[in-house]
Amino acid sequence: MQILLVAPLLIPLCTAALTAILWSRPDLQRPLGLAGAWLLLGSAVALLSAAWEHGPLVGQMGGWAAPYGITLVIDLFSAIMLVITGLMAVAVAIYAMGPGAVERDKAGFQPLFHSLILGVAGAFSTGDIFNLYVWFEVMLIASFGLLVLDRTREQIDGGLRYVALNLVGTLFFLMAVGLLYGLTGTLNLADIARVAPDIENQGALAAVGVLLLIAFGAKAAVFPIFNWLPAAYHTASMPVAAIFAALLTKVGVYAIIRVFTLIFAHDAAFFGPIVGVIAMATMVTGVLGAASHYDVRRILSFHIISQIGYMLVGVALMTPLAIAGSVLYVVHHIIVKANLFLIAGAMRQEGGSFALRRLGGLWAAKPILGLLFLVPALSLAGLPPLSGFWGKFAVIRAGLEAEAYVLAGVALAVGLLTLYSMIKIWNEAFWKMKPEAAKSIPWTRRERVATYAPILALAALTLTIGLWTEPFAALSLAAAEELLDRQGYIQAVLGSVQTAGLPGGAE
Amino acid sequence: MESLFAIAIGILTAAAVYMFLARDLPRVLIGFIMLGTAVNMLILAAGRIGSIVPALVAGNESALTAAAANPLPQALILTAIVIGFGLAAFALMLIVKSQRILGTVMPEEMQEAEGDVAPQALPAPAPARRKDAA
Repeated sequence: MQILLVAPLLIPLCTAALTAILWSRPDLQRPLGLAGAWLLLGSAVALLSAAWEHGPLVGQMGGWAAPYGITLVIDLFSAIMLVITGLMAVAVAIYAMGPGAVERDKAGFQPLFHSLILGVAGAFSTGDIFNLYVWFEVMLIASFGLLVLDRTREQIDGGLRYVALNLVGTLFFLMAVGLLYGLTGTLNLADIARVAPDIENQGALAAVGVLLLIAFGAKAAVFPIFNWLPAAYHTASMPVAAIFAALLTKVGVYAIIRVFTLIFAHDAAFFGPIVGVIAMATMVTGVLGAASHYDVRRILSFHIISQIGYMLVGVALMTPLAIAGSVLYVVHHIIVKANLFLIAGAMRQEGGSFALRRLGGLWAAKPILGLLFLVPALSLAGLPPLSGFWGKFAVIRAGLEAEAYVLAGVALAVGLLTLYSMIKIWNEAFWKMKPEAAKSIPWTRRERVATYAPILALAALTLTIGLWTEPFAALSLAAAEELLDRQGYIQAVLGSVQTAGLPGGAE
Repeated sequence: MESLFAIAIGILTAAAVYMFLARDLPRVLIGFIMLGTAVNMLILAAGRIGSIVPALVAGNESALTAAAANPLPQALILTAIVIGFGLAAFALMLIVKSQRILGTVMPEEMQEAEGDVAPQALPAPAPARRKDAA
């Protein structure tokens, strides 16, 4: 069990190390990286089935008992996120063999990519808040490197904007961790959750909660601290942009859901309305930003922000259905958004540009690409029977049940505006007459296969979730119930109650 | 001692925020380093300041004596210093690259990523060295 528990950390770590050792041999790095991604997916699936059967899996690293050592906890939500991480790692590892692979690998794409996956997997596995901070930093450093991989003027500019805001977000997180330790005398998430409702100074705890909301919100790109995302994502090369779009912001969302269901659940009356307003503002600003842009990558970047709002609805309402909706939405969004970025890369190859004004005539030239675009695009807008419909359905129904009519109404209206942006891309890139200057970029058959294979697989997955929703919905509901069952989590991690204390302090 | 710490943390944070408001990136980076120091002091204070006995376990014992200082904040700060150092080093390199490639360290003068005009349509700005970086 222990070895399975650390597998999602060891596999990307070893892959990153081996690909770094083989720095001068990109041809060996590529199959190695792909093998690492497949292994990660396999171990994550094994973990999910184990977590489904036995409940939360808990491991004490180094044999130090729970509140003292570092604990790894994989419950259903973590396991789901790990599976989706593995899936994205495989999809992007294949896609990265497409156009530009040689230059990317020479610049060190593979070690950085697997370090990023390591950070993401670590953040999903840990049950210790300081450890969560460390994994965030692993992820952050790797993402810095990936973002400026090609060292173009655009990337340096976008990279600076990304780095500047994330550095400050990092310090907010660290500050919150320090204050939380000062209040509770422990860093273990389960132990903090056990102590938190009984702390005398609830005001200070709420202040720490707001600090954490800012820190995770900066990672998740919620209103009003989302500016770094559309400034940076579109400058990255396509595989990098796809993995960023799929995973980075979702780690922030995961942290918000985890911390606010576990530690601040007793104070939901205070945080619920705050998160609700943030969620609505995030949805609206994101979708309006997307409506005003004419570059495929920038439209998609703004849509990430908009969709983050939907994922926060679960934390705002704190009902099982709302949290299940959030979980389902995260899964759906990761698949769909990564796929749209992959398709944007293919569109650039076939049409010669990312700018909608220079694209055109792709439906006549490449009908299959058009169909492949329609699946995730309509799913993003939430049209039945695609995966996005069920995510939105759960979120909006939870809003109506909780009588949060404004929230539900905004979620519906934003869905319409999302459809507008997707139709804009469709009209400009696929239906419009081909502009004179538009020229496809020549590529080899191998590169074409590497580009289209993951797009096809992810589109098929979107259709599967849409048409055969039952098991995915059941899994999300089970994950949501586990998230809301705080005592179960605390029991699983701590077993019989032990305490960590401060010298002459809070305990 | 606690109030002295609180005042010091407050002054450092205020100075850091002032640096964040500067228009050039090296100052923002210095602000980041100062805020990092403030946060590290805050962690030390959160772990209760009291004993200054080193948290060392003597050879013939198996646990810390009660009088020892709290070792956990020290471990956290050590980790945070290492991570902060790495981040600051990367950010500094990025700023140096920006000066070399874009010819400026002022975010307001950077139009590459968010300009509406396509980058290749812009005339390349002369990479002149800015001496009046205030």
